[in-house]
Amino acid sequence: MRPVYMVSGGVTKFRKASPDKDFRLMVKEAFDYAMRDVPNLTLEMIDGTVASYFSDHFTRQLMAGIMVQDYLGLCPKPGKRVEGGGATGGLCFQAAWEAISSGRMDVCVAYGFETMSRVNTWKGNEFIALASDTNFDYPVGGFYSGYYAMMVQRHMYEFGTTVEQMAMVSIKNHGNAIHNPYAQSPMKLTVEDVRSSPMVATPLTLLDICTMSDGAAVAVLASEEMAAKLTDRPVKIVGVGTGTDAMRMSDRPHGKVPLLPHESPDDYRNLKYPGIHSFRGGRMASKLAYEMAGITNPLEELDFVELHDAYTSSEIQTYEDMGLCKYGEGGRFVEEGHASLEGKVPVNPSGGLLACGHPVGATGLMQAVFAFWQLQGTIQKHLGNDRLQVKNARRGAIHSHAGTGTYIAVSILERGS
Amino acid sequence: MAEEKVKLPETEEGTTVYNLDPIIIKYHYEMNYIHSYAQDSPFFAGLSKGKLMGSKCTACGYKYATPRSHCMECGAKTEWMELPLEGKVHTFTTCYFGSEEFLDQTPFTLILVEFEGVNTLFLSRVIGIEHGKVHIGMPVKAEFLRLSKFKPTDVYFVPA
Ligand SMILES: [Zn+2]
Repeated sequence: MRPVYMVSGGVTKFRKASPDKDFRLMVKEAFDYAMRDVPNLTLEMIDGTVASYFSDHFTRQLMAGIMVQDYLGLCPKPGKRVEGGGATGGLCFQAAWEAISSGRMDVCVAYGFETMSRVNTWKGNEFIALASDTNFDYPVGGFYSGYYAMMVQRHMYEFGTTVEQMAMVSIKNHGNAIHNPYAQSPMKLTVEDVRSSPMVATPLTLLDICTMSDGAAVAVLASEEMAAKLTDRPVKIVGVGTGTDAMRMSDRPHGKVPLLPHESPDDYRNLKYPGIHSFRGGRMASKLAYEMAGITNPLEELDFVELHDAYTSSEIQTYEDMGLCKYGEGGRFVEEGHASLEGKVPVNPSGGLLACGHPVGATGLMQAVFAFWQLQGTIQKHLGNDRLQVKNARRGAIHSHAGTGTYIAVSILERGS
Repeated sequence: MAEEKVKLPETEEGTTVYNLDPIIIKYHYEMNYIHSYAQDSPFFAGLSKGKLMGSKCTACGYKYATPRSHCMECGAKTEWMELPLEGKVHTFTTCYFGSEEFLDQTPFTLILVEFEGVNTLFLSRVIGIEHGKVHIGMPVKAEFLRLSKFKPTDVYFVPA
């Protein structure tokens, strides 16, 4: 495996609807931003691409990826699409990593997009719910917020997690977003605000849930040699991991926790795992990524995390999967402020999906871009203020997650020398 | 020789336009699938006879409440097995919003049902109880539609 670097990134502002631009133009905007950030990079130097988008239903266009490829002027270079639900962006990032790491390419562009405003929200819920078993699950009342609600009901039952703790995730992420001009819903919230917003699926309210959006994001990855030519602030990708779990929540088994180095079997003697309260794929993805990066205690060795907070509940569940705290301690982790900007490991300093929005194929790459700027120390330059800059950020993790934890991709990024 | 002018015949149907800058129009799209339940078919046949059919691994004995014809644990073939018609609520949620197809049914309560001695769960709806009163561990029993639609909603649960 060759070392792989991220050398540039760009992201459009995610909006509830951007009818003035189609997916090609949105990617072009993010791509041009990334190209401008590394003026030495020319189209000729790009060896190929990976496209990230989730749903052909939303786009009403099959093979949308190739239309982006030609719009960017990158034909006839190699390209392909990767798809894995909500984790599509994270998987795409890793596919680009593979292209460089294997030596197949020296510069690879990962681009992602989704245009979800082209149908109304109810139809969009339907499209997303079609990513559940259409024999047994979808027809019963297919609705992803309902699925996550059932998962957190069980988390609350097993561990005593509270709706107030979930609300604190919403408060934190919408609050961080106040300093992120790319975020579509910066808000100063209280627990009361979150709990009194419309109930969607008990116990999740509207403010516990991210917004379907239009948007695009681009990450440019390069070999060590090319990275040195392109930028004096490269960011090294030191670990990648992916995990999976059964499509049907009904099928999630009851076994043992795959332990991280800082955990012991005694921590989880009576825990039936993962059941539906935890994401086994998230633990697997984290474990693999940490092993590659040589991380033995993530809480001590990560300076920040951008994780997939499609729901406040899934952020809490993900703290545990990623080993930032033990299983069962996620609610207290946010309550005690460990995930805040000033906390032990700021989680979603960008505002995350909750405040930035979730145009599925762009989301995982957006996380890569924000993490890249954090590690470059260029938050001031790109966001216009440095309130979200994690001081001396040396190493961060990005975490991309698909429906109820079916596919999860975790990547570890580190400031280059 | 005079050239004959060729014209496409005009039609009267129009386009629904929502906006002019940019132009946003309505684009209708629908389809019928020829959907096969394939190896899952006996489950749906079971519903029409008032039976809940799960599956049991012929090699390791793992029992599935939502059937599958091969075992997720060991890969061996499973055999069909009748599930008990009573179980307990493993988890639940009441949906006040939803997908377009189910929007007119809100609020509805989804549950995952656990059955004694069976390793996996079953997704269904519970009725006959106030939405706020459903709880984990609550005993429930299966009821079936008299007129089967050969959908998983042919079965639903009520408090036992
Ligand atoms: Zn088996």
